[in-house]
Amino acid sequence: MAGIRIEGLHKRFDDGTVAVHNLDLDIADGELFVLLGPSGCGKTTTLRCIAGLEHQTRGDIFIGDELVNGRRAGDRDIAMVFQFYALYPHLTARDNIAFPLRAQRVDPAEVRRRVDKAAAMLKITSLLDRKPSRLSGGEQQRIALARALVRNPKVFLMDEPLTNLDAELRIDMRTEIKHLQAELGTTMVYVTHDQVEAMSLGHRIGIMSQGRLEQVGPPLEVYRHPATLFAAGFIGTPPMNLFPVSVDGATLVGPAGLRLPLPDGVVGGDLVAGVRAEWLGVDRHGPPGAPAGAKGTVVAREALGDETIFVVDVGGHSLSVRESPSAPQREGDTVSVSYVASEPPRVYDATTGRAVGDLVSAGAR
Amino acid sequence: MSAQTRESSRVRTTIEVVLLAIAVAVMLFPAAWMLLTSLKDLQDVYAGSVVFSPTLENYRDVFVSRSAAGGASDLVRNFANSVIVTASATVLATVIGVPAAWAFSRFPLKGKKDQLFFILSTRFMPPVVVVIPLFVMYRTLHLYDTRIGLVLLYTAFNLPFTIWMMKGFIDEVPAEYEDAAMVDGYSRLQAFHKVALPLLLPGILATAVFSLIFTWNEFTFAVFLTGATSRTVPPAIAGLLGGQSTPWGLVAAAAMVFAVPVLAFGWFVRTHLVAGMTFGAVRR
Repeated sequence: MAGIRIEGLHKRFDDGTVAVHNLDLDIADGELFVLLGPSGCGKTTTLRCIAGLEHQTRGDIFIGDELVNGRRAGDRDIAMVFQFYALYPHLTARDNIAFPLRAQRVDPAEVRRRVDKAAAMLKITSLLDRKPSRLSGGEQQRIALARALVRNPKVFLMDEPLTNLDAELRIDMRTEIKHLQAELGTTMVYVTHDQVEAMSLGHRIGIMSQGRLEQVGPPLEVYRHPATLFAAGFIGTPPMNLFPVSVDGATLVGPAGLRLPLPDGVVGGDLVAGVRAEWLGVDRHGPPGAPAGAKGTVVAREALGDETIFVVDVGGHSLSVRESPSAPQREGDTVSVSYVASEPPRVYDATTGRAVGDLVSAGAR
Repeated sequence: MSAQTRESSRVRTTIEVVLLAIAVAVMLFPAAWMLLTSLKDLQDVYAGSVVFSPTLENYRDVFVSRSAAGGASDLVRNFANSVIVTASATVLATVIGVPAAWAFSRFPLKGKKDQLFFILSTRFMPPVVVVIPLFVMYRTLHLYDTRIGLVLLYTAFNLPFTIWMMKGFIDEVPAEYEDAAMVDGYSRLQAFHKVALPLLLPGILATAVFSLIFTWNEFTFAVFLTGATSRTVPPAIAGLLGGQSTPWGLVAAAAMVFAVPVLAFGWFVRTHLVAGMTFGAVRR
């Protein structure tokens, strides 16, 4: 087992597109690290560079203490699970799982033992004699996982492995992958564009955009303190409310006079506030001394059962507000939106997109 | 089902059968006519008789010389030439073309589209246009009337087709299979061999069949670039025509014999051929 260290990773393709910009990243031994970002952000390219399927233009990749830059994929002692599973269609499930062991010329009896063990672990023993075309998506994914773990690699690389499964199965498999990783204690790099997956799986999340790492941190840290406007808009359902604010004395003023507490260290300039839906309330007051609310109109009401999300038009900005399921307001009602959280909101510099104020360091890498 | 609809469906079936029978008759008429002619002696051929006493004389003449000395006929040599040239050119085009197509499909190459277009463009020119300069070149290079000359030419002509068709097949095989094999411990070439090749086999066979049929049947180049030594069957059969009298029975028998190998090969690879034709028709 081993950690991964990436220093100044830069990948420029022959057609001139730069997929990864000078990326630095340290992944600890045994960590489940999630690379999260929209499609085209460079997360898969980063993963493929770690795997050795893509060769970086510049920069160093260490697996454990070994520099693996020029080493081919098969010699890096890694296992990878692909989005389309990449099960060899002409081989049975058993032969698929045995494939990496046979590539390493492991003794046949040992191959059999390890394949059976991996199959038992993933509860696919009864499927071993079938070809991939006769397996469901979920079963194929299990075979692919078994093929990855059968060789006891130093590192697991997962390239959006759950994207092609239906929603219910995805949640099951997510739990299973998390469980497997915890049990084996093997370092795992998991690439996804699904922020719920990232939040629920990762020990730490790295958010990528346009080839750059925007923020690295534990899920809750990233959720509460997004380091950039991009991260703020990407993480969370609904995403963080982002609206322009200005400093007025000891408070921030937003649309329609919505007042927010002023975080320490924020002085002024062209600012954007980042406010989670649950940090706002409809027709209720925050803690004593909290600033007063602003008038708005309910545009949409989404009753989700365990909560209700209101979309409220406040001074031309649509703000999402998370309320209890019993909240009585309807579409078209005029309501008062106020800031109810005890901690101050996030504030960003509108030009650089980076967080400002004393809390910056908490979320940034 | 009412009696009326049963009646109408029976009428429809009858019409279908009649139409299909007509189609089959039209398609098979030339072949049947050839087969009958190959079994007639010359009088019966010219008489156009439908009833005749069949003879295998013509088939004997295909293989055995009519001259007093006896021995193998010239056509035997032509058949040997055809088999050697076709087999070599098909194997060469496949062995060179499949890896080339793989490279075009998998690797970022400079000017890939232009290269592919250039490769295809070599097929734009009708053979008769290039055959005269080729004839001059071949004479200078001492390739005229050699099997090697024909093999080189047919390989060059089959390559564009092989590369284009195989690239289509390879594009359909996700590169992830090879990625997975490389992560699993194989080199790039081993990954191609272990994973991509088995999946491509139907496509390769389908492509090879087309190369084979083209080469086997090719006439224009063969007639211009070969003399007595390395002449293949199509120009040789054409050469039987004309002169004092045309031995129609022999022509028909030679043509029948000529048709057999390709038919047989097609029969043996038919399952792969169908798989190759429908390759990629279903989303994975």
